[in-house]
Amino acid sequence: MDLSAINPVLLIASLMVAATPLLFAAIGELVVEKSGVLNLGVEGMMIIGAVAGFATAVESGSPLLGFVAAAGAGAALSILFAILTQYAQANQVASGLSLTLFGLGLSALMGQSYVGIKPPQMQKLDIPLLSDLPVIGPILFGHDLMLYVALMLIAAVWAVIKFTRIGLVLRAVGENHDAAHALGYKVVRIRIIAILFGGACAGLGGAYISLIRVPQWTEGMTAGIGWIALALVVFASWKPWRVLLGAYLFGGVTVVQLNLQAAGVAIPVEYLAMSPYLITILVLVILSADKSSAPAALGRNFHAAR
Amino acid sequence: MTEVLLSLKGLTKAYPGVVANDSVSFDIGAGEVHALLGENGAGKSTLVKMIYGLVKPDSGEMLLRGAPFAPNEPRQARADGIAMVFQHFSLFDALNVAENIALGMENPPKMGDLASRIREVSEAYGLPLDPYRTVGDLSAGERQRVEIIRCLLQDPKLLIMDEPTSVLTPQEVEILFQTLQKLRAEGTSILYISHKLEEIRTLCDHATILRLGKNVGECIPAETSASEMAELMVGAALTPPMRGKRDLGEVAMDISGLSVPAPSAFGTALRNVHLTVRRGEILGIGGVAGNGQDELLSVLSGEVLTDSDAVKLGRAPIGHLGPVARRQLGVLAAPEERLGHAAAPDMSLTENAMLTGATREGLVKNGFLKWTAAKDFAERIIKDFDVRTPGPENAARSLSGGNLQKFVIGREVLQRPEVLVVNQPTWGVDASAAAAIRQSLLDLAAGGAAVICISQDLDELMEISDTFAALNEGRLSSPRPAEGLTVEEIGLMMGGAHGMEVAHV
Repeated sequence: MDLSAINPVLLIASLMVAATPLLFAAIGELVVEKSGVLNLGVEGMMIIGAVAGFATAVESGSPLLGFVAAAGAGAALSILFAILTQYAQANQVASGLSLTLFGLGLSALMGQSYVGIKPPQMQKLDIPLLSDLPVIGPILFGHDLMLYVALMLIAAVWAVIKFTRIGLVLRAVGENHDAAHALGYKVVRIRIIAILFGGACAGLGGAYISLIRVPQWTEGMTAGIGWIALALVVFASWKPWRVLLGAYLFGGVTVVQLNLQAAGVAIPVEYLAMSPYLITILVLVILSADKSSAPAALGRNFHAAR
Repeated sequence: MTEVLLSLKGLTKAYPGVVANDSVSFDIGAGEVHALLGENGAGKSTLVKMIYGLVKPDSGEMLLRGAPFAPNEPRQARADGIAMVFQHFSLFDALNVAENIALGMENPPKMGDLASRIREVSEAYGLPLDPYRTVGDLSAGERQRVEIIRCLLQDPKLLIMDEPTSVLTPQEVEILFQTLQKLRAEGTSILYISHKLEEIRTLCDHATILRLGKNVGECIPAETSASEMAELMVGAALTPPMRGKRDLGEVAMDISGLSVPAPSAFGTALRNVHLTVRRGEILGIGGVAGNGQDELLSVLSGEVLTDSDAVKLGRAPIGHLGPVARRQLGVLAAPEERLGHAAAPDMSLTENAMLTGATREGLVKNGFLKWTAAKDFAERIIKDFDVRTPGPENAARSLSGGNLQKFVIGREVLQRPEVLVVNQPTWGVDASAAAAIRQSLLDLAAGGAAVICISQDLDELMEISDTFAALNEGRLSSPRPAEGLTVEEIGLMMGGAHGMEVAHV
């Protein structure tokens, strides 16, 4: 066992990378749930994003174009969910679950010819001087563009929900859709936009896995990150900054346990592998003990009655 | 009448199977308080929804100050100076007062400015309100203030109020009326929807009466007696329930020192509740909604379990028994929410009859259902309580609110309860059906059962109950004989104006 091989700077830098897919998926789902919709199809939208982004990046040679395609693909899949739940009034839980199963199957089909290929690499940020700083350089200024996009997305969602009218209307729709309708807000339209946003974010998260974190395409490679994102939103009490905290915690424990495995610590691998899930949920459960503030209309379908 | 503000001409709106409004015409003058009277289902709500742009009329037209007016959505109606205070408040519990108000405005100012304007306007109209409080923590009266101020901030020409007093204590009603009179003096028209005739007589200048979607008459309320208006509303003379002589027997149910924590974040905790009800007695429990009514019912019915000694049937402790065991002993309950709590919406009336009647009516044998007996029982309820439905095989959801209410009450009454607990027994029921339900409760008590009637309708409680107590923030006032109680006394038992002082300007 050799713990000295673990470099704390690299560890922090790589936990940020490990956390980013989760961050994308969770912040998207947070917006969806704030509007009162429970979309359990995050995993499906992520994997579709992963394969669409991968394929586009390989064919075009541009990882950035890959991300654009991933967002589009995730949003496209979420349209299916939106039609089912917002127009056909289908049950949200069942629709979400089938979206995940559908996404997993479809991605396996689409990705058949891409197994074993290396995607084009995304350029890392390289700011002269700043990126060369010791410790701070690799942690803050040495990542790819999308990682910063995810962080900015968290900040933006927080600010929009807290300070803007759009955010207020979004919360209102998720809180009491009947009242929002009575005041003349377009409940269905607002929810569909939120669902599309959530789909696009999940797609980006998926592509981050296949293009940057791994980077290659294998079937079912999202490996439950979508489900963790769903749990994360709940345990973060629908607060963007807690999502960030939870995601980094999850990423951190994941990276640490990988390092420990590599260092040959005398703990069975299975325990190490399950530790990120356990620890993240445990910490967030303790954090969310104050007052759970679920949107009151979460998961309830809206009929514009009479 | 002076200048006409809004004129309705032949408004018609039909829904599948029912004509909600059939060629309704009337005028609302500038600066008048116009009452819209009618029973539940008379089409009042549909009519105001058309004025507010939530529903489009099939035919007919509206003129606002002589110009055609056809709002496509509430936004447009608001822009034209029409504001509405909803019957079921259109508020968001988790948001604060200022946010709630901002949601109802077209171009809300910045939050800071809005908060100070809320303070200004609320003081000016004697409705003080803290803009930063969370709405979920406010009393019903305060919530209504939020809605009214949301309307006032937009300088409305016409303020629509849909049953505004149904959730208020008498003291709160008084404050509201002062506000409305002030608004009228400033030239704002008010369309006031209610079925409380005395209120309309004191407040309104003019009244239009709807029955089954048609305008059946207009009157000057101050010059018309309440019974004349009631007859116009119902279309027939009403027979008030007959109160027979009853002898009170031994104590049937006894609750002492009962405290139960709130079941949910916006629920109410019961605090040190004492009550006794004797055989042959009707105990009326008043109070504004959300002061512990649902919680009290669930403690009595056995949905919430307590210490076994906290609830006693006669001398036997039953606090630890669930609903089925209590039903066996004769403690029956009819909760307020018809669809989902008192009845399963998508199950047939036979199945619904079986759900609560199984033990006492012997509808189950060795775990098997006795369908014929259940159907007979359901048919008996339908017949005895005049439930209007093609037959017991229809789903509970397909019945109108009033008819389902008759079924729900009838189902319990026919099971010969020892103690019957009802919550809002005539909520949403038309006047003649309500009279029938009240009569059946009186008959039940005359037969020696104890009845606990929880209701927000004070007139109803005064009509049937022997003793009266009020719930306020989970505390039950000490019961007093109902006879001779004045409105002021009742209001004070209900908590007065809930600390809402009128600001003196």
